[in-house]
Amino acid sequence: MFKAVRQQLAPIIDQNPITLQILGICSALAVTTSMTTALTMSCALTVVLMASNGIISLLRHHMPRSIRLILQITIIATLVIAADLLLQAFVFDISKRLSIFVSLVVTNCLVLGRAEAFAMQNPPAPSILDGLINGLGYSLILLVVGFVRELLGHGTLFDQVLVPTVADGGWFQPVEVMLLAPSAFFILGLLIWVIRAWRPIQIEPDEYPLRVEADE
Amino acid sequence: MANLNPITWWRKLLALPNENRGKAIAMAFLVALFASLTVSISSVVLQPMIDANRAADRQAKLDAMIAAQPGLAGLLSETGADTFSTLIVDLRTGTVADLEPEGFDMAAIANDPETSIELSDTHDTAGIGRRPNYAEIHVLRSRRRLELVIIPVYARGYQSTIHAMLALRGDLNTVAGLVITDQAETPGLGANVASPAWQALWPGKQIADADGTLRLEVVRGRATTEFEVDGITGATRTGSAVSGMITFWMGPHGYAKVIDALRDGEL
Repeated sequence: MFKAVRQQLAPIIDQNPITLQILGICSALAVTTSMTTALTMSCALTVVLMASNGIISLLRHHMPRSIRLILQITIIATLVIAADLLLQAFVFDISKRLSIFVSLVVTNCLVLGRAEAFAMQNPPAPSILDGLINGLGYSLILLVVGFVRELLGHGTLFDQVLVPTVADGGWFQPVEVMLLAPSAFFILGLLIWVIRAWRPIQIEPDEYPLRVEADE
Repeated sequence: MANLNPITWWRKLLALPNENRGKAIAMAFLVALFASLTVSISSVVLQPMIDANRAADRQAKLDAMIAAQPGLAGLLSETGADTFSTLIVDLRTGTVADLEPEGFDMAAIANDPETSIELSDTHDTAGIGRRPNYAEIHVLRSRRRLELVIIPVYARGYQSTIHAMLALRGDLNTVAGLVITDQAETPGLGANVASPAWQALWPGKQIADADGTLRLEVVRGRATTEFEVDGITGATRTGSAVSGMITFWMGPHGYAKVIDALRDGEL
């Protein structure tokens, strides 16, 4: 029983889509300058992932193999457009800050990856659960990166001032680089390092080891 | 006799092997139907809300721009709303057009061949293709003296249409402010035109020099004269689109006639 639950929850850390499979990096860089955008993006992706997994799993017995990828992309794109419109209608300010990155969920390998790897072989209920767990794994990393970037870059969390910056008469000098995309790479790299130090099983074997040549 | 019951047809279709070509076409058609229905319905249902959000956003930016003008907010509350007027002007003649501001849609007017003109490439520095004949401007007067004119402008940027509100002081040559109201340029680069820090560079800039030549532009690097605005690193094309936008809309195919009329006190 414990093992089954653990298997189910693997995508949160052990099989995390971002830190282990290195999928969905583009949005992880782009929307993590603040917690609000990171959280909105996480919710959007999780909902899209669950819905697409559910629908694709329902159709799995009737997907002709020759056109299955096109059908999957069409379904995902439809859901993404609907999600984007919903965001624009109900949380306009946040959707402006997310700009094109919600629409780019279509090209997020994570969604297509789960459809192809899981939903095509499994019934709807486990597929939706799989979408939820993978979405949570993605969300966890986004929120961690967003937390570090917003705190160090603006001194705020969810736009609430935590440490007053020098510009506002406080003492905290914001780290400007945290607002730029490369900082997300640094944080992701450090995160992957920490996770792999803690779970050495994730370390991949060296594909091209250096060969020591004997002297002639 | 052939069986015409659709449920039987449906069962037959589902029973076909997945390799069957007919089934592939049928599945593609069904998925496409589902997708287009979902997108159409959500678009039709949500579009009014999105449009309302956009309009509220534009209005908020306009209000913020007026509030940011030194002394103007006090002036507005002191003299009442009758000094602040919204006009629909005819860009061909520089006169007030016989159109209601209620429901005025510049984009629709620009798309209709009846109410717009086609621009040749040499004149079209804003890259917009067609220019509407009518525009909605805001004019603020205090004791009959012109204080502020706000004109909507737009241009094709690097990957989106950039919409902005340009505010001119009473001399009609000094920029009182530029507010980018809508854009979808590259996030982190061109999209910085919408940042308050960049827009704060605009107030006080001069549009034309003493000879009447339109000089104001976004330069690469740092601005050195009152006719130049700092460029954004990595967004040269967005910057030149903004330059082209100012040149076009302040030029003879833009608001030149309207501005002349305002200067002569005819509007």
